[in-house]
Amino acid sequence: MAEKGIQALFGKPLHVVNVGLRSFAESLEDQDVSVVQVDWKPPRAPRLLFTKKGVDIEAANTEAVSRIMQGRPVLIGMGIAREVIPGFHDRLILHAGPPITWDRMCGPQRGAVMGALVYEGLAKDEQEAAELAASGEIEFAPCHHYHAVGPMAGIISPSMPVFIVKNETFGNYAYATQNEGLGRVLRYGAYGPDVYERLRWMEEVLYPTLKAAIESIEGGIDLRALISQALHMGDECHNRNRAGTSLFLRAITPAIIRTCPDKERAAQVFEFIDGNDHFFLNLSMPAGKAMTEPAEGIEGSTIVTVMARNGTDFGIKVAGMPDRWFVAPAGKVKGLYLPGFTEEDANPDIGDSTITETAGFGGFAMAAAPAIAKFVGGTPQDAIEATLEMYEICYTEHEHFTIPALNFRGTPLGIDVRRIAETGILPRLNTGIAHKEPGIGMVGAGVLRAPEKCFMDAFKAIQEW
Amino acid sequence: MIVRCKVKPSQYYDSVTLMEVARELTKLPGVVDAAVVMATDANKGILEGAGLLLPEIEAATPNDLVIVVKAESDEVVERALQTAEEHLARQPEAAGGGGPFAFQPRTIRGAVRTNPQANLAIISVAGQYAAAEAWEALHNGLHVLLFSDNVPIEEEIALKKYAAEHGLLMMGADCGTAIINGVALAFANVVPRGPVGIVAAAGTGLQEVSTLLAKLGVGISQGIGTGGRDVKEAVGGIMMIEGIKALQADPETEVLLLVSKPPAPSVTRRVMEEVKKGDKPTVVCFLGGDPEPVAAAGAIPAQTLQEAAYLAAAQTEGYTGPPAEEVIAQEMDRLRVQAAELKKRLKPGQKYIRGLFSGGTLASEALMIWMRDEVLGEVYSNIATDPRLRLVDSTRSQGHTVVDLGEDEFTVGRPHPMIDNDLRIRRLMQEAADPEVAVILLDVVLGYGAHPDPASELGAAVRRAREQAADAGRELIVVASVTGTKDDPQGLDRQVQLLEDAGVVVCNCNAAAARLAEFIVAE
Repeated sequence: MAEKGIQALFGKPLHVVNVGLRSFAESLEDQDVSVVQVDWKPPRAPRLLFTKKGVDIEAANTEAVSRIMQGRPVLIGMGIAREVIPGFHDRLILHAGPPITWDRMCGPQRGAVMGALVYEGLAKDEQEAAELAASGEIEFAPCHHYHAVGPMAGIISPSMPVFIVKNETFGNYAYATQNEGLGRVLRYGAYGPDVYERLRWMEEVLYPTLKAAIESIEGGIDLRALISQALHMGDECHNRNRAGTSLFLRAITPAIIRTCPDKERAAQVFEFIDGNDHFFLNLSMPAGKAMTEPAEGIEGSTIVTVMARNGTDFGIKVAGMPDRWFVAPAGKVKGLYLPGFTEEDANPDIGDSTITETAGFGGFAMAAAPAIAKFVGGTPQDAIEATLEMYEICYTEHEHFTIPALNFRGTPLGIDVRRIAETGILPRLNTGIAHKEPGIGMVGAGVLRAPEKCFMDAFKAIQEW
Repeated sequence: MIVRCKVKPSQYYDSVTLMEVARELTKLPGVVDAAVVMATDANKGILEGAGLLLPEIEAATPNDLVIVVKAESDEVVERALQTAEEHLARQPEAAGGGGPFAFQPRTIRGAVRTNPQANLAIISVAGQYAAAEAWEALHNGLHVLLFSDNVPIEEEIALKKYAAEHGLLMMGADCGTAIINGVALAFANVVPRGPVGIVAAAGTGLQEVSTLLAKLGVGISQGIGTGGRDVKEAVGGIMMIEGIKALQADPETEVLLLVSKPPAPSVTRRVMEEVKKGDKPTVVCFLGGDPEPVAAAGAIPAQTLQEAAYLAAAQTEGYTGPPAEEVIAQEMDRLRVQAAELKKRLKPGQKYIRGLFSGGTLASEALMIWMRDEVLGEVYSNIATDPRLRLVDSTRSQGHTVVDLGEDEFTVGRPHPMIDNDLRIRRLMQEAADPEVAVILLDVVLGYGAHPDPASELGAAVRRAREQAADAGRELIVVASVTGTKDDPQGLDRQVQLLEDAGVVVCNCNAAAARLAEFIVAE
C-alpha cells in the first residue's frame, strides 16, 4: 500500500480502527463498514523509542526476539546435577524464583528443601534438615543463575538427575529435573517416605533408562518441534502437557526398546510417563530457558527474559540488564482446587514455569488449549481472548509456535516492559498451586497476573539507560 | 445553595461520556448545575466561570475526574453525586464492535495485529494524547483521520510529512469530516458516489458542498479532509497537495473541488502550482479569498459553497442542469420576493440578524456573503478577521451578529453544538427576547456524527421563541438551512418538515438562507 500512495486506498473496502468516541464506530457499523473499537486508555507511561544513550530500543528488541525465535532447543542427554551443571557443588541447593534466604522462604519451598536434604542424605529427618538449612551451611541460589529452571519449589539438589537441553543455534545449555507427577511431590513442598521413594526410583530406574535412550538418538530430540506440535494438539505446554508428553513418548519409545536391557524396567518407565500428564513440562521449561537466554545482554532491549517466583517474591529480568532482578511480592492464584483444599490452603505464586510465558507459550498460548479454558473463565472464547490480550504487551508473534484457532497466528512473544508500562496490561500466567505449609504438596491449579511493581521498577530503570 | 464535589483520582473517561452523565445530573430535581469533567486547566476555568471551582478541584490533576454539583439541599447533592457514580460505573458495557471476538484491543497496534486488513484509523482522544496515537497508526501503515484538536502544530507538520512520504492520508488534526470510498467518517453525510473529488480544509464546508452536489444528483468520488490548519503557512498545505495528487491519479475522479477558508498566500501558491500540473477541471472555493491566483492557474474560482457545488456539477460529464450563475440569479430573485413578504410582519424596531451557527464554515460563508453584498453594513462575530468587528463578549450579540458556537470558547468541556443543541437553544431564547432582533439564522447539520434529531429539539425551541416574541407583540422570523441528504440517518425531508412545522423558513442551502435573512432586513 505504502509504495503506491494514497490512491491505493481508493476503491478498497475500509477496515477502520476507531480510537476515542464510540459513536464514530457505531456510525461505521451502521454503514456496514468493519470497525474495531480500541478500548483506549491514556498511556500510563511515555512511549520510549531510544534509551538516554541513544540506543534504538526497537532494533534491540527486534534482535532479542529474533534470537529467541532462532533458538533450537534439543534434548541431547541427561546427567547428575553436580556433574553436569557448571558451578554446582555438594552444598548447593537451587530453587525457583529470584534469590531468597531460608528465613524468607515460603512453606512449600522450605518443605522441598528439607525433603531434598533428607533425600541427599545430608540430614536424617526433616527436623534436622530445617536446622541445617537455617545454619548457613547450605548455599541457596536461583536455578536461573545456573541456566536451570525448576517448576514450583524448583529444588535441584546435587544428586538429582537433570535433562540437558542444548540450544543448537547459539550453543547454550539449559537444565531441569525429571517431573515427578502430581499430588504429594517434592516440587509442591511435600516430603516423607513416599516422596523419597519416588525420587529414588526416578534416580535409579527412570534416569538411566531415559539417559541411555536419549543419548542413543542421533541429533537428540528437537523440543521446539515438539512444542510446536503440542500447541496444535491442545497443549499450552504449561498447565497442559498431555499432548507434549505423548509426543515425547512417541519420540523416545524406539530408543528405550533398543537401549533398555530389561523389559519390565522399560514398561515401568512407560507407565510412569503415561501416568504423568505433566512429564513434558520439565522439557518445555528448559526448552524455554534455552531459547530466552541468548537474548540476555542485548543493550537497549526491554524484552523480559526471565519471570520466576519463589513463593515469596516474583522476579523478572530484562534482556538489557541481565544481572538485575526486579522483584515484587508473589501474587495470589485464582484457581481450581483439589478435593479437600481451598484458597485458604494456597501458597502464593511459585515456580520457574513462567519461563513458558516468557518464551511465548504457556498462558500466552491459552487460545491453543481450549480443554483447560476453565482456568480462564470456562469457554474456548475466554481462552482466545486471554491470548489476544497478551499480543498487546508482546513485541512480536512467534514464527514457529502458532495457534490453529487464531488462523495459525504466531503466539505472543517477547514481553516488552514498555508496553506493560504504557497499557497497564500485566502478563497472564498459568500455574499449579502448592499448599502453603511445608510437607503437604499440590492443592490445585489456576491463573493469575504478574505483579505490576516489578515491571514498573524495570521501566524506571530502563528510562535511565 | 450548596456546592459539593467528589474528586476521583486517576480515572479517565472520554468527554462525551462525561457530558452524558452531567446532563443526567442536571435533569435531577433540585439540581441547579452540575459538571463531570477531567480536572484540566481548561475545565477548571469553565468551573470557575460557573462558580463551581472548589479548592479540592483546584488541587486536582488533569488525570483526576471531578464531579461537582450545585443544588438546593444536601440530600439532592448527595443523590446527584451517587447518581453520577452509578452512571460512570455503567459506561464500559457499551461495546462498539470488536472484530470476530468480544475482545477489544487496547492499542492501535493491538487492533492492527488482530485485524491485519485494517487500513484507516479514526482518532478522537484528548488532544494531549492524540499525536502519539496518530504516530502509532501511521507507523502501523494506517491512513488517519485525526478528529482531535489541541494537537501541537509541530506534531501535525511532522505527522503529515511522514504520511506524505509513506503514501498515507493524514487528515487533521481537527478534521471533522471525510468521505472515503463512499463511507461517511466522523461528521459526514450519506451522499452518492460519483465523479467529484473533494479536498477540504473545512469540515462543514465539505458537508455543505457534498450535500448540495447530492441534491443536484451528482455524487462524489472521495471527500478528503485536511484539518483547518493544513492551509496555514507553517503546515504549507501538505495534505491538500497530497489529496490533489491522489485525486488527479484516481480514475473515478473527473472533477476536483477544493474547499477552504483563504489559505496563507504561500500555500495558495503551492496549491495552485499542484492544480496547474493536473489535467482535470478543478473548482476552488477559498471562502472570501482572492479569485485571481485561482483563475491564473486555470482553475475555476467559486465565491460560495453553493456556487462551488454548482460549478463542480457543471464540469461533470453529462450534467444537464443550468449554469451556476443562472441558477443563483434566479434563486436570488425568488428570495427577494419571499423576503419582501416576510418583512411585512416585522415591527419597525426589529432590524438585526442574529446568525447562530454550529458549522464554522457555514458561519464564514454567511459573513462572507454579507460582506461582499455590502448591504448590512457592520456584522459582528466571534470569528471576524477584522478586530473592529470582533464581538467584545461572544455570549452577547451586538447589531448584526454571527456567532460560531462551535468555536473552542464554547466547546471546551462541552459537546459541539452539532451534537448537543442546548447551548444554541439557550442562545436562541436570549436573542428572541431582544426587541431589535428581526431574523434568527440557523444552520442545521445532519449526517453521521451529528445529533440524531436536531430539528425536533430546535423546532420546539423555535416555537417557544416565537411564542415569547408574540407575547411581546412582535413576530420573530427564523430562517434556516439544512445541510443533509435524504439518505442521512436523520432524513432530510423529515428534518425540514419538522422545522417548517415549527414556523422556520427553510432554505435549500446556507448561502440562500443567509441571503434571505439579508434581504429581509435590508432597507
